[in-house]
Amino acid sequence: MDKPFGYSWLIGGAQGSGIERGASVFINAIASAGYYVFGKREYYSNIMGEHSYYYVRFDKKPVFSHIEKYNILAAYDAETVFRHSLESLPESAIIFNSMHRNVRLSEIPTIEKRLRNDISKRLKIEPNKLTLQMILEEAEKNGVKIFPIDYNAILNEIFRKTGESLSDLTRMNNVIAVASSLALLKLDFDSFVKGVIKTFGSKKNVVELNRMAGELAYQQVESKGYANEFKIKLEKLGNKNKRYIINGNQAVAIGKILAGCRFQTYYPITPATDESNFLEAHENVELSDYAAQAINEEKEHLQSQGSIVVMETEDEIAAITMATGAALSGARASTSTSGPGFSLMVEGLGWAGMNEVPVVVTLYQRGGPSTGMPTRNEQGDLRFAIHAGHGEFPRIVLAPGDIEEAIYDTIRAFNYAERYQLPVILMLDKYLANSVKSVENLDLTKNKIDRGFILSENDILKLKQEGKEYKRFELTDNGISPRIFVGTKGAVFWNTGDEHDELGHITEDPVIRDKMMEKRMNKLITAYNEIPFDVKLNHFQAIKPAITLVSWGSNKGVILDLIEILKGEGIEVEFIQLRLLNPFPSNELKQVLEGKRWVDIENNYSAQLAGLIKENTGLAPDYYIVKYNGRPISLDELYIAVESILKGEAPIRQVLRGGT
Amino acid sequence: MELKLKLTDYRTDVHNNWCPGCGDFGILSAIQQALFEMQLEPSKVAIISGIGCSAKTPHYVNAYGIHTLHGRAIPYATGIKLANPELEVIVAVGDGDGLGIGAGHFVHAGRRNVDFTVVMYNNEVYGLTKGQAAPTLGKGVKTKSLPKPNINLSVNPILLAFASGYTFIARGYSYEVKHLKDLIKQGIMHKGSAFIEVIQPCPTYNDIHTKEYWAGKGNIDPKTGKEVPRYYKLEETGYECIITNDTTEEEYLAKISKFIQKALESGNRVPIGVFYRDLRYETYEERLASRMPSYKYYPPAKQKIADIAGNPITKADKILEEFAV
Repeated sequence: MDKPFGYSWLIGGAQGSGIERGASVFINAIASAGYYVFGKREYYSNIMGEHSYYYVRFDKKPVFSHIEKYNILAAYDAETVFRHSLESLPESAIIFNSMHRNVRLSEIPTIEKRLRNDISKRLKIEPNKLTLQMILEEAEKNGVKIFPIDYNAILNEIFRKTGESLSDLTRMNNVIAVASSLALLKLDFDSFVKGVIKTFGSKKNVVELNRMAGELAYQQVESKGYANEFKIKLEKLGNKNKRYIINGNQAVAIGKILAGCRFQTYYPITPATDESNFLEAHENVELSDYAAQAINEEKEHLQSQGSIVVMETEDEIAAITMATGAALSGARASTSTSGPGFSLMVEGLGWAGMNEVPVVVTLYQRGGPSTGMPTRNEQGDLRFAIHAGHGEFPRIVLAPGDIEEAIYDTIRAFNYAERYQLPVILMLDKYLANSVKSVENLDLTKNKIDRGFILSENDILKLKQEGKEYKRFELTDNGISPRIFVGTKGAVFWNTGDEHDELGHITEDPVIRDKMMEKRMNKLITAYNEIPFDVKLNHFQAIKPAITLVSWGSNKGVILDLIEILKGEGIEVEFIQLRLLNPFPSNELKQVLEGKRWVDIENNYSAQLAGLIKENTGLAPDYYIVKYNGRPISLDELYIAVESILKGEAPIRQVLRGGT
Repeated sequence: MELKLKLTDYRTDVHNNWCPGCGDFGILSAIQQALFEMQLEPSKVAIISGIGCSAKTPHYVNAYGIHTLHGRAIPYATGIKLANPELEVIVAVGDGDGLGIGAGHFVHAGRRNVDFTVVMYNNEVYGLTKGQAAPTLGKGVKTKSLPKPNINLSVNPILLAFASGYTFIARGYSYEVKHLKDLIKQGIMHKGSAFIEVIQPCPTYNDIHTKEYWAGKGNIDPKTGKEVPRYYKLEETGYECIITNDTTEEEYLAKISKFIQKALESGNRVPIGVFYRDLRYETYEERLASRMPSYKYYPPAKQKIADIAGNPITKADKILEEFAV
């Protein structure tokens, strides 16, 4: 398939051997040369030894998703070649360790039996006879160029020059693979060095060793004349806008810092923990002069610095309840988890709903149910997030679709939590959490902070002078009661998970019960009425759309990329991305979807979003594209699926099965 | 000293629906008296409870009262206190609440040494659900609503608190209100996590360890022929166990073995009073402040995060630079 997919590079190796670092060098080198990148990481739930790989797609124009095929396969172990070499694009190359030619498929214990049998069947050779050389020859039949690299010669040369131990030096196999790739692409050596510096930072010795390894790899590619045999050549581009390379965990963390989140709790879980680790690494935050000026008059200590308390708790129950406690005291507070942790948090979510406490939960979905596929992707928790908890209580569910939205929606999550005094669930997934993307035109001043209806000590004093009593759960038309923080002078309040009166004391009175239930649930109507259209959903319009694609969350990127490719073929499609999932934007969606022929695209088995849409609007999709094998939807497979719909050849439900 | 606040300032007019004769009344009274004697402003005090009879305590005290989930009072209290360390935080939990469903949180609180006071109402039964066996009920004991005698061993709250790392460990008795009030005051004044187990007879479901049992019913002193209470006050025996940074290893071992003996005493001579004080460890708040200097002056709840116009004041642009290419 020859489509304008840009370029795709894949590095693979054993978990723990530096796949992510290697990818980082490559990504930063390419990005510093002016290219837009998108990087997707795949790994096993394992510390060391299992196969891990990283796709990087890059182009002169922005790229938002990956394809499951490569232009360059950069391998430094045999397993990577066995697993990936037959998935090539036209104009592609395999870089591998020349020592591995005679390794046999049966010698690799980390390849699953199913895959081993598939490869063996495909080549019609028994696993104990199938060598790496044979699979390379098979790849060559597909037009792939083979570039053996003598990794050991490079390591020996560095050993000779530096005396560093050889076993330590083997850690640089990743960088040799990267540098060989860049040399093959004919990218200048300086860009490679920039990638190394960005990745290894201040560790001078490490930077120098990697630079040496890179230099020797460039020389080897040069001396063997490989570069001439490979057509793709990367020019250095002028880079106009300032760009950043950020993943979803980092985006949410940046959003939290900016939003003023000052208390974060977590229990270790993939793929959520990196967010909390990032916050802890940045626990001391700098504040603008405003904070210092505002406080200077009253106190001797300038507040030029703020702090974020990051707590590793004993379990997820403690994580959500502790964050809720901090929110009661007046801190913007949140926790971060994945499906299994969220399951444990549910009782705490209900308590926060019942007591109208603003707490934010970042929920990074991964393959479920139960432990499921801890390091793989899925959008299987949509229904769960919306319905989690016994009884009925209001909550807001927001699902950003990319890095930029992850930053902005995180700030919104805190605003909504405080404005409507309820828990907010910010949903992402492993794909968004672990993928990096070039980001530009970020506007950190775009979102304001809205803390909602809070009474100060002076307000309480006035209330008292008027002879009134402070009531935490005062009945109001819009459902929002005046909030004070625990510790506010001159007043107290009570909370309880039991039904309660306006003061917060237990009641089982049916009349008060009705009023309180209605007050709480009314907040969702208030929120629904206030939240703007463009937060509820993104509508990527087309003048004469051949079809309408509807999806949510991290599928945004792959769909936007698809729209561009189809546009190049003269086909227009439109895209509706749901972002506010509770309260559900029924009217807005109806307005843009009614009467359309549409496709529901989701990373789960049961098409949960389509179900929600039907429940809320009565509209049902004409086609479904779903995927639940633990891998995110790739651009190439989505292209084929949508193309078959447009040709009228597709069944109503297509299941995508791509990915290794 | 002129007392500005009256004892009644710590009471609410909420109807108290504990059973008549419930040991909880003594604990409630001791908490209110402690707050009154310390003249703590109600709005500076937060009482956090879990679920059960004990958990209703906050509703009867005029202070911030946070009645939470079964077993979860401690993490809620941890969040409340660490976000605003100026608050005086008291955690009221039951035995099932604290050592059954909430045992994990109970243990982990000890590792942190947050400056709060945990009061554990121990009546050996789950009262509000009609008298099932709690983790503190001894093996073979058959309280009245158990179909069969208890099949499990009991957990020793004092020893568990020690093993977990609580730095102040005491036991009180709900009918020794003044003594209990003093323990609570000491617990509040202690810097770090204080744990106070309170023996609290449940008149409805614990027909074994009743008020009369503790008062000495059937426990006759052979010399005097009189009934002797089944508890005694540690401080009256000269017992004291304080560990400081100056305590030598030898002294430490001697003190701890004495402490363990006292913690294991049961039957007709159950000690009440202060078992253990450990002054070696900084509070969690101090640990945070050592990493984040601004925490001391501007804990999470006191930080400004936006200007008057609502613009964020945290400089995130610098952090963003880490990702620039």
